[in-house]
Amino acid sequence: MKRTRIIRGGVAAAAALALAAGLSSCGKADPYYSGSPNTVTLPIAAWAGSEANVAVAKQILEKKLGYRVKTLQMDEPVMFDALNTGRADAMMEDWRGVPKKEKKYVEELKTVVNAGELGVTGHIGWYVPTYFAKEHPEVKDWKNLPKLKKYFQTPESGDKGQMLEGSPSFSTYDAQIIKNLDLPYKTVYAGSEAAQVKEIQKRAAKKEPFLTYWWTPQWLNSKVPMTEVKLPKRTPGCDKVPSKVDCAYPYTALTKFMNRDFAENGGKAAEFLKKFHWSTEEQTKVVKWMTIDKMDTDEAAAKWVEQNPDKWKKWMPN
Amino acid sequence: MSTTTLPQPSEDKEKEKATAAAPATTEVSGARALLARPALAAFGLVLVALIVGALALDGNWPGALNWSSGIKDGLDWLSNWLTDNRATSPLFLYFLLHISNWSEGGVDYVFTFLNNLGWLGVTALATAVSWYVSGAGLKVRSLRIALLTLCTFGVFGVLGVWEYAMSTLALMVVAVAVSAVIGVLLGLIAGLSETGNRILRPVFDTMQVMPAFAYLLPLVLIFGIGSPAALVSTVIYAAPPMARLTALGLRGADPAALEASRSLGSDPWQRLWTARLPLARKEMLLGLNQTIMMALSMVVMASVIGAGGLGDKVYQALSKDNVGLALIPGSCIVLIAIWLDRVTAAAGDQLDTSPGSTRTGGDAGAIALEKLGGWLAWGVFVVFAAVGTLFGPIGERSWPIDWTVSISSPLTKGIESFTKSISDGIPVIGGTDVWASHFTSWILNPMRDAMQASPWWGVLLLVAVLAWMAGSWRAGLTGVLSLAVLGALGLWDKSMDTLSQVIVSVLCTLVVGVVIGILAARSRWVMRLIRPILDIMQTMPQFVYLVPVVALVGVGRPAAILAAAVYALPAVIRITTQGLRTVDPAAMEASRSLGSTGWQQLRQVQLPLARPSLMLACNQGVVLVLAMVVIGGLVGGGALGYDVVYGLQKSDLGVGLSAGIAIVCLGLMLDRLTQSAGTGKRGGTK
Repeated sequence: MKRTRIIRGGVAAAAALALAAGLSSCGKADPYYSGSPNTVTLPIAAWAGSEANVAVAKQILEKKLGYRVKTLQMDEPVMFDALNTGRADAMMEDWRGVPKKEKKYVEELKTVVNAGELGVTGHIGWYVPTYFAKEHPEVKDWKNLPKLKKYFQTPESGDKGQMLEGSPSFSTYDAQIIKNLDLPYKTVYAGSEAAQVKEIQKRAAKKEPFLTYWWTPQWLNSKVPMTEVKLPKRTPGCDKVPSKVDCAYPYTALTKFMNRDFAENGGKAAEFLKKFHWSTEEQTKVVKWMTIDKMDTDEAAAKWVEQNPDKWKKWMPN
Repeated sequence: MSTTTLPQPSEDKEKEKATAAAPATTEVSGARALLARPALAAFGLVLVALIVGALALDGNWPGALNWSSGIKDGLDWLSNWLTDNRATSPLFLYFLLHISNWSEGGVDYVFTFLNNLGWLGVTALATAVSWYVSGAGLKVRSLRIALLTLCTFGVFGVLGVWEYAMSTLALMVVAVAVSAVIGVLLGLIAGLSETGNRILRPVFDTMQVMPAFAYLLPLVLIFGIGSPAALVSTVIYAAPPMARLTALGLRGADPAALEASRSLGSDPWQRLWTARLPLARKEMLLGLNQTIMMALSMVVMASVIGAGGLGDKVYQALSKDNVGLALIPGSCIVLIAIWLDRVTAAAGDQLDTSPGSTRTGGDAGAIALEKLGGWLAWGVFVVFAAVGTLFGPIGERSWPIDWTVSISSPLTKGIESFTKSISDGIPVIGGTDVWASHFTSWILNPMRDAMQASPWWGVLLLVAVLAWMAGSWRAGLTGVLSLAVLGALGLWDKSMDTLSQVIVSVLCTLVVGVVIGILAARSRWVMRLIRPILDIMQTMPQFVYLVPVVALVGVGRPAAILAAAVYALPAVIRITTQGLRTVDPAAMEASRSLGSTGWQQLRQVQLPLARPSLMLACNQGVVLVLAMVVIGGLVGGGALGYDVVYGLQKSDLGVGLSAGIAIVCLGLMLDRLTQSAGTGKRGGTK
């Protein structure tokens, strides 16, 4: 009986050992993953504009340059981690929303490089639906927000006005702005872009007022027209310290980033992606096909590529 | 995420749990006995103390016991260290990065393999293998399963998601293989050694209760985005059932068989290989089935960290507010789940009959065909593999585009008009939207405010007394300690907010679930009608119903509560039905002969006798609702769920992980409370 117990213990220990040993083969691992040479990995953020960039780049890389493109769904901050390790090669649209990561990887570790501007200008702000702004033109100035709070009250925000927020991954200083400007408002997080879009559409269908964190370019803007609430003018350094922000959001030139190894040794694919540059209108066009016309993403991208050879020919590597 | 969720297998597990709890039935009048106990007096005293204390003392969590800043600093430091030392530390170079590179390579390899087979090859191969493992031959069952496989793969193609489905399958193949191997090894440890079992049991509990979102982030930092982190998180989530059931099988081996083996002079090694493991294979196969189901749901969830595949499709469709488009990959996932579940279940039943011993006569042709079947399946495999690697795919790599149909936009329109009409289209009584806002103002807000305003020591005391009354002092201790951790993390208020949502959600689920469960238990017709619906509800990725939920009740806590209730409902219904059905027929007959009506029978015989299952339903409801707290964060649930999502999306380990731990603590507390109530005195120890 005792022997049995020893042997049973032995088997258990052997199983434990096998677990540990199986996982660690000897030798040194390569810290930077580089997939097969003809595959380009492009991450897609949760918003449709980002999907459009990648879809068009994918069409051209696959159909004209003979690469295989692997797309990955992930959030903006995680993208920097992916670029750092080489699991993703290039990020097509960054809203400069994660300065900490940017500093760490681009400046300190130098594993990620800036690959030029996308050509699209993004702007974040506080928006109300245009039908409400027409009825109450005074809403366009932030100073009148306290007077108008009764229109924006919901059960979630209690006796304050509701400021609808989107996904936690978006860059926002709204809570700080509300505090620093002493506004009787409360941020309520939808939790995801999908939920925010749904909420906006629902309220717009009933012509109800709402105040939301919103941005351009955004596909929904052509379906539900929005008007911006002017926040205090930007002064130099007004958004330097996150807890002291009390001014409007900037206009951001959306930027591309690349894994350094890919940028240097990525051949034609890297060269093409560095040259990739299109306007807000072009991007919005593709996004509209994808969303409002409910076209498949790849179809919409193919349609754009077919219609605009003069534009993408300029991006081709020499 | 979920803990035990899936259609068939969970039912088996539920049965198992229900029978385990059965001895407590003897204590039918437990509730009444409880009233006679002095504990009630204690309960009353606590209530009085609470009220007095709330008026006299400071109810906020004491600052001295709030260690949140220290914990957060530590986690932030850890997160920085991980990113800084990834390329230099030997821990990474000689260990972690191997896992990471190996898993990326493995998944890529399987994907390339499937891709090289081409769509025809993959479909033929899958059909042949399913047919073989479900018994081969010309039996109705194996043919039906072969047909199901064929249809499943056909649907991938027709709906235009072939490539995404292949990438999900590739990740699944690797994840299930690794989970099964690790599960069996851990199961060996827990099954053969008593110490091993004691050490591993709480580890398994934590692995299953911890919301997956909380550990996705550290895994991304360690293993990198994409397949590696997805694979590791899937293994963490899916290996425990395999390990648990393997251990259960090893322990439950028939002593007579072992004795026989011993008397034949076999040494312990031989006994393990020839007696113990073979005797445990039925449990092990059930474990594999559960592991597959859980791996599937995790693989979908992992799309948020770049796992790719069908989950990506769901996620992207949602951000474009296109429910129809999200439903397509969603239903493909359901199909995969049904297919894999049926195949493993058939393979399990096959174990009972297959060795040929039970079947004596039979027609020789069928037996020959069966023997041939094995060779045929392997032959098909080898031929396709060879052709695939040598000459490239047969036919095209993926499904021909001309053969796809687009059904998403009519689907979207249908769902949109439906949700719109019940959200505010109903005259007089308003519609779901109006109800939701009343619900928030009149139930949720007061409840949350009351819970947040209650003094912390009062809540601790209340939980301790409740647990003690219901079960054991040990359950009370666990509950109190878990709550103390919430305070120490500095998340007291948020936890109370989440707790209020969880309680409301569990109550709603229980009321609706038990009513439907009673109906289903009393009428076979109802059961047959709801069964496929329950299957779908349990396997559909939770992301899919977020958008319709928001359309119905708008962004906010009601949406989170509704989503959680929808998710937990199937398990509650199943357990209730199961419990009512298994009530002793003699007792039923006796009451019928005494002339009681259907209603009396239900109230006086069935429900009291089914009490253990009802308590189990309550326990499972709590666990499942809690698993949805994070998903609720995506539709405005706020509090802890939002923090976990925030941590993941902003890569903020401090916020994300502490909120994750807080959810685990709430889970532990509620689980112990409900569990000990279910098993009477023996609570606290699982």
